[in-house]
Amino acid sequence: MLKEENKIFKNLYNAHGWEIESAVKREDWNNTREIILKGREWIISEIKTSELRGRGGAGFSTGLKWSFAPKEVTSRPHYLVINADESEPGTCKDRDIIRFEPQKLIEGCLIAGYAVNAHTCYIYIRGEYFNEGNRLQEAIDQAYKKNFLGKNACGSGWDFDIHIHFGAGAYICGEETALLESLEGNKGQPRLKPPFPALVGLYGCPTIVNNVETIAVVPTILRRGGKWFSSLGKPKNTGTKIFCISGNVNSPCNVEEEMGTPLKELIEKHAGGVIGGWDNLQAVIPGGSSMPLLPKNICDTITMDFDSLIANKSGLGTAGIVVINKDQDIIKFMARIARFYKHESCGQCTPCREGSGWMWRILERAGRGEATYNDINLLEDVTKQIEGHTICAFGEGSTWPVQGLLRHFKKELEKRCISESTFRKKRKIPYLVDQHLLESENA
Amino acid sequence: MPKIIINEKEIEFEKGMTVLQACELADVEIPRFCYHEKLSIAGNCRMCLVEMEKSSKPIASCAMPAAEGMNIKTNTEFVKKARKGIMEFLLANHPLDCPVCDQGGECDLQDQSLFYGFDKSRFSENKREVKDKYMGPLIKTQMTRCIHCTRCVRFAEEVAGVPEIGSVGRGENMEITTYLEQSMTSELSANVIDLCPVGALTSKPYAFEARPWELKKTESVDVMDAVGSNIRVDTYGWEVKRILPRLNNEINEEWISDKTRYACDGLLKQRLDAPYIKKNGKLIKSNWDEAVELVTKKIKSTNPEKIGAHIGDMTSIETIFALKTFLKNINCNNYDFREKNLYINPSDKENYIFNTSIQGIEESDLILLIGCNPRHEATIVNARIRKTFVKNKTPIFSVGNSGDLTYDYTLLGENINDLKNIFDEKSKISEKLKNSKKPLFIIGESALELKNAKYILDETKNFLIKNNFINDTWNALNILTQNASTVGAIDLGFYNTEDKNNFIFFDKLKNKDFKLLYLVGSDNLEVKKSDEFIIYQGSHGDKSAEIADVILPSPSYTEQDGLFENLEGRIQECRKASYPTNEAIEDWKIFNLINNSLNKSDLFNDFLSIRKLALKEIPNFSEIGLLPKKNKISNQESSVVISGEEIEIKLIDYYFSNSIARASKTMSDCRDVIHNNKKNGTNN
Repeated sequence: MLKEENKIFKNLYNAHGWEIESAVKREDWNNTREIILKGREWIISEIKTSELRGRGGAGFSTGLKWSFAPKEVTSRPHYLVINADESEPGTCKDRDIIRFEPQKLIEGCLIAGYAVNAHTCYIYIRGEYFNEGNRLQEAIDQAYKKNFLGKNACGSGWDFDIHIHFGAGAYICGEETALLESLEGNKGQPRLKPPFPALVGLYGCPTIVNNVETIAVVPTILRRGGKWFSSLGKPKNTGTKIFCISGNVNSPCNVEEEMGTPLKELIEKHAGGVIGGWDNLQAVIPGGSSMPLLPKNICDTITMDFDSLIANKSGLGTAGIVVINKDQDIIKFMARIARFYKHESCGQCTPCREGSGWMWRILERAGRGEATYNDINLLEDVTKQIEGHTICAFGEGSTWPVQGLLRHFKKELEKRCISESTFRKKRKIPYLVDQHLLESENA
Repeated sequence: MPKIIINEKEIEFEKGMTVLQACELADVEIPRFCYHEKLSIAGNCRMCLVEMEKSSKPIASCAMPAAEGMNIKTNTEFVKKARKGIMEFLLANHPLDCPVCDQGGECDLQDQSLFYGFDKSRFSENKREVKDKYMGPLIKTQMTRCIHCTRCVRFAEEVAGVPEIGSVGRGENMEITTYLEQSMTSELSANVIDLCPVGALTSKPYAFEARPWELKKTESVDVMDAVGSNIRVDTYGWEVKRILPRLNNEINEEWISDKTRYACDGLLKQRLDAPYIKKNGKLIKSNWDEAVELVTKKIKSTNPEKIGAHIGDMTSIETIFALKTFLKNINCNNYDFREKNLYINPSDKENYIFNTSIQGIEESDLILLIGCNPRHEATIVNARIRKTFVKNKTPIFSVGNSGDLTYDYTLLGENINDLKNIFDEKSKISEKLKNSKKPLFIIGESALELKNAKYILDETKNFLIKNNFINDTWNALNILTQNASTVGAIDLGFYNTEDKNNFIFFDKLKNKDFKLLYLVGSDNLEVKKSDEFIIYQGSHGDKSAEIADVILPSPSYTEQDGLFENLEGRIQECRKASYPTNEAIEDWKIFNLINNSLNKSDLFNDFLSIRKLALKEIPNFSEIGLLPKKNKISNQESSVVISGEEIEIKLIDYYFSNSIARASKTMSDCRDVIHNNKKNGTNN
């Protein structure tokens, strides 16, 4: 269990107040000037030492990402963009950071902005987080008043401004290039990569896009040292992480824990256990709805970090843990998730546009017990045909949970299936049809 | 040059190419829907997936830049499976209505489903249905067929410059629409029909007319404006069913204007099918013998000084040459091709052509429009200017307000003094001009109709020579002519000018000096008919046919061979695609008939001999289809400015600019739409 002193987000439950005064008491904005004066190289190397991996889902090394930004600023300015479009079902960590620890984020923005040569930072926050956005704006205003932001921010000699932009509530705008499109005022559709945003991003300028949590932990890492951060957790999966535990648990919560904490411990200790006891557990989605679910036998022993979850063909994602107990219909549950992805597909590229709706319809039928055995194979084919063929990672995000269902709950699906399709029996064959086809079985 | 391995074959490619282009170099065909050479890359159809070594996922070859040492495979099972998957998705919600779809036979989806399609559908859900959108009189929509390649969206935004097509909704509910269900306000709008890889956007006038395999295809050139766009004329029997663009990167790339494409239904209407003679104020159907006899009688009885001849805007070089020979034979020297007081200076070839060439526009670094509206006068040239504007951010300036040209330009003023300032190096662009290496001056016909026409032409030339903008590699002087016959007619000397007076023909016309007027396809000349005898030889019953005393029917541009010289001075061949209507006969044969009746001899033996003789007359002629040779450049004598004249750009009735367009129902529909377009909240 994580010791209290090693916790980064000490005000995760708003026990001490979110205002800048109490934040400063919790060591926020302490030594910021000195940190910045140590220089870009030092900041980036320290983040590299800490082995911090992006908290937005993909788990890409943050230090490495920052080092991709061009070293020299040419005629095109650099931008820092914070992705606060937290729309992954089962995830609500950024919300609490914005509500209760906004100064951590703002301070992180300044340091990260300095590290990647950006004078301007945009925080893209989802439209539904209206109150949270207002809170963040208040916090930014407080920081401006204290001269932590603006001209010569924090006395560091670096000019830095933060602007908030509200999204309109599209899941896809959490994808970094779609987010940039949306920020520019276009339809939120992902861009083709390469070029990557670090070289050609917002308005064609070099842009670093980071998740809220990633940026919010940066000041503490720099204050306490990269070594301290990497001493927590497991090798290559270092540090602490906010886990969001929801679903069929007695007390859903956000909790900051070390990486590599066993899943069972998280659920039992922090979330009050599964409703109906651990034995009533059916499955767990470990990282937000786009990660494949894990059945109970894996949940017994799994530790929550990037690599061990990948080894079990799932992923840490955003660490939004959704607990499903045996009272739930797992197929209807998956149909609901598929419906979400069908609704949120941007429609730009073919496989995702056509495939996500198809998956949903098959699952819906399976949930009602109207699917056939063929449909299970078809469903698997469809997921394989989407996966890896799309412009952005939405294709994977929408197919992985379905693949997880097929991997672990195929028997459940088969139990529901009827051997013969009801549609075929009821089908009215129009008069003008190729008669020879009717004779063959496959017609 | 860097090298890439494609299907185990190493090839060299140019830097900046995509994997798909490199594959084409290696003669490997990649299926595609959204990718189009002339549009930006969208990468959204995912049909062009190929396998790349060291990548676990297939990559979209259209969007991936080719790099040294890449190892691409296109023929593996992995690739085939990926493409089959995409094809299944595309077909899942695509209606199975090929038998009633106009795209059938030339549909990319149909063709590629032969290679990558499953034999039967596994999609047992209800298919998606999308409401059809209204897109004006040219484009028929059937949006259920749309595969969302967004080629039309990109075309409207990038090439046409009117961002009026876009997509709304997301996921399955994404729809391509014109937002307000209006027709596109572009003269290039119908090109989206060619771009659409499926039958979602098809041609409205051509709906259910014919199947592509039934049509006879003839490669030809367009005569609706002076650009000389390369076209393909598709005929079914006698009828011209449709006109499509032909790729020519030097002129029209892959686009043609709506007028070029859709005026062809005017070829079926208002046709002059037999000779007519006016009796008691009424035109009565007659025959060739009678008509030729009457014409001969009139020519014999009229003093050659009192005979005037005029040619129209769509007259070929051979016809002009034959007519000129015929007129010389009867000692007539009054002829012209101009429809209005257009100043010409034929002393050097560069005084009346577009010297930079259309492709050269892309190299320029500054464009100055002088009294021209290229959008309506030469739509394809305008598209090229827009392309440079978008690609190179070329600054564009204009003297004379030409309205919306689909790109931003800076208006320098609407007075001749604003132009004088440029020549005197007192203008705000003088500094920019000094730094410019390859500027482009485009003088429109509106400028050459002014009193200051001579000043504008001469001083522009002098200014450009002085600043070394006319040299061996670059010629910044460009005249934007409007009619397909103009440059050819000047080359053949079909005009009456003197040093003092540029408009002798028009003065005589005004003074009623002509007792006999011979109009060959000339419909835009304003003639106030009194007692002169008018012979009209042409294809359409238009303005001039109404006032004619004798009508000699001749074929239109799709019905006889002919050479046309475009505004660059490039001579191209317009080919016979169909046959003249009923009794109409080719122009040169008519001259032969009359000549025979006059003095019992043929003017010409055959058509090719006319072509040979005519080409000898053309100065600087190089080869058919190529730009003319370059002249030595000489200064003009300096001219005096008539101060204070306004430069007004004359509006042309774009959809009604010639007799074929005026006969076309489609063109009149388009004109109605433009005129009756309701203003709404988006019109500022």
